[in-house]
Amino acid sequence: METNTILEINHLVKSFGDNEVLKDIDFSTKKGDVICIIGSSGSGKSTLLRCINMLESPTSGEILHKGNNINETALKLNEYRSKVGMVFQSFNLFNNMTVLENCMIGVTTVRKKDRVYARIVAMRYLKKVGMAAYINAKPHQLSGGQKQRVAIARALAMEPEMILFDEPTSALDPEMVGEVLTVMKTLAKEGMTMIVVTHEMAFARDVSTRVVFMDNGLIAEEGPPEQIFATPQNDRTKEFLARFISS
Amino acid sequence: MNSNLPTTFWGWIPFLFHEYLPMFVKGAAITFYISVIGTLMGLIIGLLAGIIQTIPVEIKDNPFKKALLCITKSLLKVYIEFFRGTPMMVQAMIVYYGLMQVFQIDLSSMAAGLLVVSINTGAYMAETVRGGIISIDEGQTEAAKALGMTHFRTMYSIVLPQAFRNIIPQIGNNLITNIKDTSVLSAIAVPELFLAGKSASTTYFRYFEVYFIICIVYLTMTLTVSRLLRMLENILDGPSSYELAEEFQEEITADLKETFII
Repeated sequence: METNTILEINHLVKSFGDNEVLKDIDFSTKKGDVICIIGSSGSGKSTLLRCINMLESPTSGEILHKGNNINETALKLNEYRSKVGMVFQSFNLFNNMTVLENCMIGVTTVRKKDRVYARIVAMRYLKKVGMAAYINAKPHQLSGGQKQRVAIARALAMEPEMILFDEPTSALDPEMVGEVLTVMKTLAKEGMTMIVVTHEMAFARDVSTRVVFMDNGLIAEEGPPEQIFATPQNDRTKEFLARFISS
Repeated sequence: MNSNLPTTFWGWIPFLFHEYLPMFVKGAAITFYISVIGTLMGLIIGLLAGIIQTIPVEIKDNPFKKALLCITKSLLKVYIEFFRGTPMMVQAMIVYYGLMQVFQIDLSSMAAGLLVVSINTGAYMAETVRGGIISIDEGQTEAAKALGMTHFRTMYSIVLPQAFRNIIPQIGNNLITNIKDTSVLSAIAVPELFLAGKSASTTYFRYFEVYFIICIVYLTMTLTVSRLLRMLENILDGPSSYELAEEFQEEITADLKETFII
């Protein structure tokens, strides 16, 4: 029964100084899960996501990747990170490289594949996100939505087991949100394991297999989207969703 | 004295220029050589110092590595503060005479000059490089980390190429400063342009005319250097537009078939 579990988090705590941002989080992900983490700003959603691939080191608690603690050595950590993609709110493309190079660099330097292979993989995923025509462009020549699609292709080119999305559409113009969400929906349909921190409630409701509502550093409520959106149990969840439903 | 000597300013200029041309050329060449090599050496020192200073100390690192990093970083700070905080002329005196008197190392004045310019520039460059590195937004470093890249790889492939591009104007500043400031090396008898001027001016006591010529030579060198650096910046920036890559499609599709389908 454990074979499908990719990630298991036990008693995760993260403090910045005296400020406890995450308080005792337990959380697990199975293969094929599309988990949306929702909640108001400052509830710890992004910090949780950043702890999952150790961009923030947890104050205490353990993160198990297929049963192995990822926090043991730097080598293991990098190997783990290569299997867990990440897409950022601010795209974070490498500005000194073209679109194609952005998608190849991880494949050649981390997965240690040759350039021919890297190029083929990069092209395959750039095509998937509809950016194959822009391989020679530099990031600053692209629109926000295009940048984010390249960032998704960059993550996909690592052929990861799971991708983390940290508010991938929050920095985009409303008209560009759609193109990025479409790509994400396609990935979800194809069975990619995803954890998405988002304010796009419609996406959470329609695409996710599980919704996690975070409040004040704790997981206040989690469950299938139908349950969270139709019959939320927690008062804070109700309050939070009321604003969304009324708008 | 020669009765054919010129009498006016515009008479003296070509006269002196012609008479001392070999000396001026040699002086200018030495000035240029010391500034360019000194700046390059300084850049190398600065790159190393800047890179070491920005290595993050992580909680998980072993104590030996942490201690080594801490000590190296402190030594670098001392080096930077010392060489930025004292005049290059004094440094030249200390290096040239200090090595001779204390260590019995008799460096030629040229070698001492080159050494002083290199380590002095290195101190400034260290801060320039550090500034260049921290100016690259944290997001790209995080993205590289998230891909599983090591710190070294991230620096080499992503941060340094961008940092380097951003500090070219500052490298140019340093080079121009060096072209001018090598004049202080005349204090340890490096036969650079200023010393050439000094010798030339005393023969006929035409100080104004000689230094006017010297001034123009300095200006020519600095202007040339700044134009060349601007050209380098433009080259590094690459084309400002890109082409949509339609014609690649077929080639790639063929590649795909070969690799994944067969």
